[in-house]
Amino acid sequence: MTKPDVRLIRLAEPDNVLMIATALAAGEALDVAGETIPLPAPLSLGHKIAARPIAAGETILKYNFPIGVAIADIPLGAHVHVHNVRSDYTPTHVIEEA
Amino acid sequence: MLTGYPRNDGRKGIRNTLVVAYLVECAHHVAREITFAYRDRDVHLIGFPGCYPNDYSQRMMEALCTHPNVGAVLLVSLGCESFNKQKLGKVIKASGRPVETLVIQGVGGTGPTIDAGRAFIDWVLPELEAAVRAPMGVDELVIGTVCGGSDGTSGITGNPAAGLSFDRLAADGAACIFEETGELIGCEHVMADRAATPELAVELRGAVDKAAAYYAQMGYGSFAPGNADGGLTTIEEKSLGAYAKSGSGQIHGMLKPGDVPPKGGLYLLDVVPDGDPKFGFPNINDNAEIAELMACGCHLTYFVTGRGSVVGSAISPVIKICANPETYDRMAGDMDVNAGRILRGSPLTEVGDEIYDLTLAVAGGEATKSEALGHREFILTYKTFEPLGPACLPAA
Repeated sequence: MTKPDVRLIRLAEPDNVLMIATALAAGEALDVAGETIPLPAPLSLGHKIAARPIAAGETILKYNFPIGVAIADIPLGAHVHVHNVRSDYTPTHVIEEA
Repeated sequence: MLTGYPRNDGRKGIRNTLVVAYLVECAHHVAREITFAYRDRDVHLIGFPGCYPNDYSQRMMEALCTHPNVGAVLLVSLGCESFNKQKLGKVIKASGRPVETLVIQGVGGTGPTIDAGRAFIDWVLPELEAAVRAPMGVDELVIGTVCGGSDGTSGITGNPAAGLSFDRLAADGAACIFEETGELIGCEHVMADRAATPELAVELRGAVDKAAAYYAQMGYGSFAPGNADGGLTTIEEKSLGAYAKSGSGQIHGMLKPGDVPPKGGLYLLDVVPDGDPKFGFPNINDNAEIAELMACGCHLTYFVTGRGSVVGSAISPVIKICANPETYDRMAGDMDVNAGRILRGSPLTEVGDEIYDLTLAVAGGEATKSEALGHREFILTYKTFEPLGPACLPAA
């Protein structure tokens, strides 16, 4: 049994995402489900990563509540956000890079 | 024991503010110039910018000008706008408050109206400042909650901590109001399970369905790009965090802007207009929500922020609860409560108790950070509402 990574918060047992509890730099290694995952890019507090591999079409669970649907396969430990999740209600608007 | 300023309608105020209200944008500058001479005293500027009539804005202005925290009112009209200033003036007078209406076109333009306005304030303000507070129970308080500039921390720290304080206040008999049905999308079923009656549950679900349909037609959810920068991915994820502000108690009723809770307990404020979308987005920014909570009688409002909002409000103090510890470190001068420390090991209950204690201190006269910094934001726009249905206030 490995010790849980203190930089990650599991908000409910059935969740397939973990919340980042502190700012993380690119290259930092996270322990997710017993595997060591190096971060390809920095991640700030409040973002989410996959607690297990998530298939396209699967519901994303946070606080054991559905918060959207995966629109791509998401590998273990990968950033889960607007690029690979869509809302079941209204689409999320992000400012396009100028 | 709390104290407050007694009003003729039986309510008590936690502030004794003189409100200067412009009744069309054309009177805004004159009204603002009048208040500039009193920027370090309790003289606040509110107003309605539109020239066309609107029942909602009339009702909002009547509710705000007779808010328990308001001791006297100066109305500033250009003269040709369609706002019903006679009716507003009568409602304020009937409430027992000193009121003066200045019509710029009649008084003789900008300079003379500024002079006349300041003469009224010089006459009334010393009396307001010398007024004596009377004993007031916690069960006489009405407290609102909003969140703004939310991020992935809001739903973990600040919102649940505000919810704990709401649970304690409602148990004390205070009325607690949460709102923004557009940010409860996805939570409608769990929320409806907390309704006092099955009929109210139908109303609560209906209010969120209405919000979802309204925002879908607008093309955007109640979701800003900063929410995504802060880790929130979808409106339903943001909603689950926002929903935590409501605490865990039973929901006693549903209100619309201007409806005062009939007794203590927890209420949902339905802020999304009825009928076909007409005047644009329901609440174009956070202060539009605070104005509606005030119109329901809120003495003060909790504002939970993750990204770091700095706003306060005219009329009712805002307690700023910062959910993100990194934001708090950067912007501590704007924040009343550091709820982000929960992520660094502090217990949620400790922060909930701190918010509860601060609520009573601010009700007793202690200035919040935004009050001390002079934040007095206010906005009011066009909307359309039908009156509440009979199932909305089952215990009334």
